[in-house]
Amino acid sequence: MEILESGIGEMIQPPDIEGFREWNRTQKTRKLVDKRMSEQDAISTFVYDGCYIGTELYGTVRCPMSVSRELVRQGKKDLRVCGQGVLELDLWMAAGLVKKLDITYIGLEVYGTSNALRRAVESGQITTCVEWSNASISWRMKATAMGVPFLPARSMLGTDMIKYSSAKVVEDPFNGLKVCLLPALILDVAIIHVHRADRYGNSQIEGITGFAAEMARAAKRLIISAEEIVPTDDIRKYPDRTIIPYYLVDAVVHAPFGSHPGEMAYVYGRDEPVIREWVESSKTAEGATAYLDKYVYGVANHQEYMKLIGDERLSKLVEEREKRV
Amino acid sequence: MTDQTYSKTELMICVAARLFEDGTTAFIGTGIPMLAAMLATKTIAPNLVPVFEFGGLGAILEELPRAVGEARTFHRGLVAAGICELMETAQRGFIDYGFLGGAQIDPYGNLNSITIGEHDHPKARLPGSGGGNDVGSQCWRTVAIMQHDKRRFVPKVDFLTTPGYLSGEGAREKAGLPKGTRPINVVSTLALMDYDDGPGGSYRMRLAATHPGVTVQEVIDNTGFELVIPENVPVNDAPSAEELRVLREEIDPDRYYI
Repeated sequence: MEILESGIGEMIQPPDIEGFREWNRTQKTRKLVDKRMSEQDAISTFVYDGCYIGTELYGTVRCPMSVSRELVRQGKKDLRVCGQGVLELDLWMAAGLVKKLDITYIGLEVYGTSNALRRAVESGQITTCVEWSNASISWRMKATAMGVPFLPARSMLGTDMIKYSSAKVVEDPFNGLKVCLLPALILDVAIIHVHRADRYGNSQIEGITGFAAEMARAAKRLIISAEEIVPTDDIRKYPDRTIIPYYLVDAVVHAPFGSHPGEMAYVYGRDEPVIREWVESSKTAEGATAYLDKYVYGVANHQEYMKLIGDERLSKLVEEREKRV
Repeated sequence: MTDQTYSKTELMICVAARLFEDGTTAFIGTGIPMLAAMLATKTIAPNLVPVFEFGGLGAILEELPRAVGEARTFHRGLVAAGICELMETAQRGFIDYGFLGGAQIDPYGNLNSITIGEHDHPKARLPGSGGGNDVGSQCWRTVAIMQHDKRRFVPKVDFLTTPGYLSGEGAREKAGLPKGTRPINVVSTLALMDYDDGPGGSYRMRLAATHPGVTVQEVIDNTGFELVIPENVPVNDAPSAEELRVLREEIDPDRYYI
């Protein structure tokens, strides 16, 4: 097949789909094993310096914030990251832990651009930004989820996105259309926050599912944090709702309010003042450090973090949750 | 006309809201497009089906979403799915409109949301494409909503992130983008633009109507490239008292944007 155009962006994580099959054959148990552990153990066991890592969904929405904060506490560095990030990647970048990015969107949404991203990229601390659209990065994970080395798509064509990605453009051999080929994305580690999981990792999500299904299937190691750990019988009552089956999962962390200050649909709303505190603090490097000192380094674990936020405030967020009507 | 005063942002949102078509599907980007979509559903397009990239489709927009994934994007919605499902829905040709923002726009409606300056050594690193490139590639008709000044309306975008007409007639199809998809309007703080995309047209941005109190010359002076200026340029209606009331009291009472 003739390659019409080739991106010059670095292939930050080469898509070794045969290796991934072999990994899944030899490194992932099919047995129902209790995978519950603390966030400290999950990070120290599965995350390592230089690994390729991603989180889902993002900072203000169903995000593994408690596990992301623990990663900062343990200072796992030189991370290669795919993102898609709002607050969680801001914390990693502010702590100087990110080296390379397959970037789709890192910003503060309603509050504008991410100053943590700006500082990290403009100073050269992040050495590489490879550009993707949101659909493209999700389809890259979907390719891995399907067990194929790439997927064709009709995004990114005709723009600078192709040039600064590691995609390629070819002519569709069946109809002659130009299509963009997206290489499969295999993550070393993924962290996903869900509404409920059992001890084995069977996971269910309420509301939108973002790219949880795809990311879970595209990762060699998967850390699940869950608002609730439920008996497997509860999972068996609604097996149609299991979006992530146990055999994909390596660690199950119990994390009530694990998405704070982000929201969890039908459980609690977002904590606007704490989000705004990051928006304001992160305008300067010193401010960002002060925020990290208070909310990340200043607490030993997620339990202490919740104490810092306080019951009164957390109850209010529960009150403000999206309700089923 | 109304005797009420209003800001440029409020005016831009009202003009953008009037572009929504009832009974259609529309991808809504984060920020101003959300306010415009919400105003549309409360005025001229009660049967609009808003689509938010991380999975929400058909929400009742009672409160302003502050994020494209938050629960308000599927509040009493028809679908809470995931990004692949909705992006693939657009790729199959089911999404009629896309409403987007950007940091820069060029005469062909191409948008930039990645870097100001050179990509590998940027003067400013912006958030990235997000779903912008997908929306501009896959939706049938795309509307950009932007602040209007020379820094934003530029002859050439620093990084072509989201495709407009690319370099002119036929360029989208030649690049492989879905046939018949196109940019249709730009709503700015000064004016409404469309494209000179009729037979034999230049496919460049064209002034369609100025906002009340804005002269054609002002629009020209604040645009960094040559706009196509038709002989007669109408003036957009000012926000009605009802549009302003809904915007201020129901949509953005906390003044995130207005």
